[in-house]
Amino acid sequence: MGGVVVRQYDIPANDFTVAGEASSNVRKILSQLGVSPDIVKRTSIAMYEAEINAVIHGNGGQALVEIDTDKIYIRISDQGPGIADLELAMQEGYSTAPDSIREMGFGAGMGLSNIKKHADQLKIDTEIDKGTTVNITVFFKPQTGV
Amino acid sequence: MKVLELSQKLGYKILTEDPAPLEKEVTGVYTCDLLSHAMAKINQGDVWITVHTNLNVIAVASLTDCACVIIPEEIEVEEQTLIRAKEKGVAILSSSISAAKLCYEITDSIRELQ
Ligand SMILES: Nc1ncnc2c1ncn2[C@@H]1O[C@H](COP(=O)(O)OP(=O)(O)OP(=O)(O)O)[C@@H](O)[C@H]1O
Ligand SMILES: [Mg+2]
Repeated sequence: MGGVVVRQYDIPANDFTVAGEASSNVRKILSQLGVSPDIVKRTSIAMYEAEINAVIHGNGGQALVEIDTDKIYIRISDQGPGIADLELAMQEGYSTAPDSIREMGFGAGMGLSNIKKHADQLKIDTEIDKGTTVNITVFFKPQTGV
Repeated sequence: MKVLELSQKLGYKILTEDPAPLEKEVTGVYTCDLLSHAMAKINQGDVWITVHTNLNVIAVASLTDCACVIIPEEIEVEEQTLIRAKEKGVAILSSSISAAKLCYEITDSIRELQ
């Protein structure tokens, strides 16, 4: 595969008819490019969790995806309320999801830890009342010397 | 054992007409109604049992490559979920029994074949 594939997606707020479509689309592209199923799964799960967080917690946002020959970089950004205590939010089980969201099956407080588990690199920039940006990188081959 | 064989053997109703996803191999079973938890734990080839019937179920099923989704206790599945399932190549089955009993009989069927 030659060159970099770049995709941008809009992530509408609180719209569950399209929530997860960006991740689903990226999953399809990676599969078509012949990326190994294990990497495709890790990448799409990490992206899905970040996408859903933008839908639920961030008033919607944008996704930028850059697929290179050796890695994929995903940036999910929103202009929502931001995360006051990131360390706390990263803990499994911590969730501020309202009842209406929990009724759909979200709110286990596992999304951020799922992202951490599945991404090779994760960087979260967040500021109260400004928004949150989640940067995810997954390498297609195991990294040596890291 | 394929999804189709499992449904025939144990009498589960197939809610999605598309035949292709019914050819997936069943290798395990998992049940959990917390989507992010299920997302982390479902293995490829697992039957996933959940009481949720919303669109997000299809996203989790397709991202985890589970064999199929089974809805217990004859809970009704929304039409838009079935349409999305077809688009994403996800098989949805339905049964009258509980998630616990489903886990038991599916695990039993998988063991029999080993
Ligand atoms: N983009 C975001 N903007 C604002 N707050 C966020 C954002 N992402 C996460 N959070 C905060 O971090 C908490 C933990 O997020 P995490 O994804 O781990 O769990 P959850 O979304 O609440 O539930 P789950 O992902 O298990 O369905 C959220 O409940 C929310 O308070
Ligand atoms: Mg989440």
